[in-house]
Amino acid sequence: MNAGAFADFARRYATVAILVIPLLLIAMVAQLLGQVVLQRITIVLFINLIMVIALQTFMGNSGVISFGHIAFMGIGAYASALLSMTPEAKAAALRSGYPLIEGLHLPFIPALLGGAAVAALVAAMVGFPLARLSGAAAVISTFALLVIVHTILLNWSELTNGPRIIFGITGHTTLWITVVFGVLSVLIGLWFKETALGLKLRASREEAQAAASIGIDIIIVRWVAFILSALMTGLAGGLWAHFITIFSPIAFYLVQTFLIVTMLIVGGMGSVSGAVVGTVLITAIFEGLRAVENAVNMSNLLPGPLAGFTEVLLAATLIVLLIRRPAGVTGGQEMRLPRWTRRRPAGPVA
Amino acid sequence: MEAWIQFLQFLVNALSLGGLYALMALGLALVYSILRLVNFAYGELVMVGGYTLLVVGQAANIPWLIVAALAIFVAVVTSLLLERVAFRPVRHASPNTMLITSFAVSTLLQNAALLFVSPRTRAVRIPSFFIENIRVGGLLISKSNIVTLVVSLAMLGLLTVFLRRTILGSALRAAADDFVMTRLLGIRANVVIATAFAISGCLAGVVSLFWIGRSGSVIPQIGLTPVLIAFVASVIGGMGSLAGAVVGGYMLGFVTIALNTLLPQDLLEFRQAFVFALVILVLLFRPQGLISGAYSAERI
Repeated sequence: MNAGAFADFARRYATVAILVIPLLLIAMVAQLLGQVVLQRITIVLFINLIMVIALQTFMGNSGVISFGHIAFMGIGAYASALLSMTPEAKAAALRSGYPLIEGLHLPFIPALLGGAAVAALVAAMVGFPLARLSGAAAVISTFALLVIVHTILLNWSELTNGPRIIFGITGHTTLWITVVFGVLSVLIGLWFKETALGLKLRASREEAQAAASIGIDIIIVRWVAFILSALMTGLAGGLWAHFITIFSPIAFYLVQTFLIVTMLIVGGMGSVSGAVVGTVLITAIFEGLRAVENAVNMSNLLPGPLAGFTEVLLAATLIVLLIRRPAGVTGGQEMRLPRWTRRRPAGPVA
Repeated sequence: MEAWIQFLQFLVNALSLGGLYALMALGLALVYSILRLVNFAYGELVMVGGYTLLVVGQAANIPWLIVAALAIFVAVVTSLLLERVAFRPVRHASPNTMLITSFAVSTLLQNAALLFVSPRTRAVRIPSFFIENIRVGGLLISKSNIVTLVVSLAMLGLLTVFLRRTILGSALRAAADDFVMTRLLGIRANVVIATAFAISGCLAGVVSLFWIGRSGSVIPQIGLTPVLIAFVASVIGGMGSLAGAVVGGYMLGFVTIALNTLLPQDLLEFRQAFVFALVILVLLFRPQGLISGAYSAERI
């Protein structure tokens, strides 16, 4: 391989390396330090990363905002939990009227994929009308979707134990499983952008009429991206369910939506790099603020518990950032090798 | 006879709830029609009104009407303040940026209430007419329903007069139609936008009186349902169309009351899901909403 070809190769895959290597380093540090708290934070970081990249895959490429993705996290979490729980655990946790579901018992990974598939199926059903919308109508409709799914999770007691917690799930999710899926989602996000479908979607984002005029079926490409994105979000939900093992429907609602959307917007929704940077940055800020909040609560300095402190500061950060740098920290660009490695002949700049 | 009474009962309930929903939707649609901003923080204006009712209501024996006026005033001031501090700096950014800003503002205010007031549900002093009923013939009507009905119609009437008969109102309607052209004609953007936010805050304040009157309590998350209803009503009616928002609000009120009456008991808890599924259904057949406003482009 000569130097020029190597430079080309390096340039091409530099983004992958720039994103994946620091992520692996974070995981290794968490592993080596051996602190349980740090490992748990890292696991949540990687699970959130999958969701942020999933959201970027849809929002970043289509330019359509979705506030409904956390619904798919909830669906993935409950569906995979129902698939993996033992019949005895189900009998104890739920009074399910469905013998078919009660009898199901799959190993972890098939259950995880099954949960993701259920989320994708729901996305395929509701996504078609949603794919016709953009702008404000899309935001409101996806938000309505979040509320609908939340209402169903709250009230379908046979499957979800209603607003009460569901328990009896085995904790299968380890740090390295989340790392594998997290890195995989980075690769999928970078790959999807460059596929024919991703390019069509980006074309429709830039100029819908022009894209339609060259024969791009905008509804179909949006729909497919929506399903892929829901699949990844559902998978993250399944990982989360088998990490936290006890949860209730409120976990899949506005707080989580705000967190994931903030991560993506702060990083910059235009690029996978933005998703990665945003996730790491917001996780760091969030955990830092939480630590302060906990320290204050432990010290009994205040008469009552300090609630909402983290969210207030996080929201304020987001507002300031939106005013100063609306395209996010990365400005919507992928991270690349610096210019000096480039050795291209004179010609039109792509 | 019995069926006739039931129908009248239904009509009064639906018109009252629909009126309230129409006010909610109108407050959101007014700002949207001019700025293309979907204001998530609209629900928090209702919350601010509610907390004013709580705090001022606790203090001594101030007549309720004055407390109510104060609540509306605080909602208006908050709305104007948000416009100045958060929304004006992002006014020239994309609609998505404005939207996420409003989402952040909403989260900020909600958690500020959590932090500085209380995360718990607090009972609010409400006047007795919110719980009393009157009997007209065979009809059993709650006084609050009648008041809601009358006040919402009065507000809609006043707003119509303002929008049609005053210069500022005409400027507002012109700006909703074509903001750039309106500015070229010498109308000051800041005045128009501030007016829209003030009216939006006023509507939210009025909504807060009746919304909190219904539940008798206030929590930091109280604004969520009103903002959702406003969203859904304005999408059904047609984003950017003020008439559409009112139509959507009344329609949503009717559907909600109808579901209340018709749904069997074990499905009643899914009511909210049914109501919001209606949006997706409407959008399937009429993506531009029932009445398409100026914003009807770019729907593929």
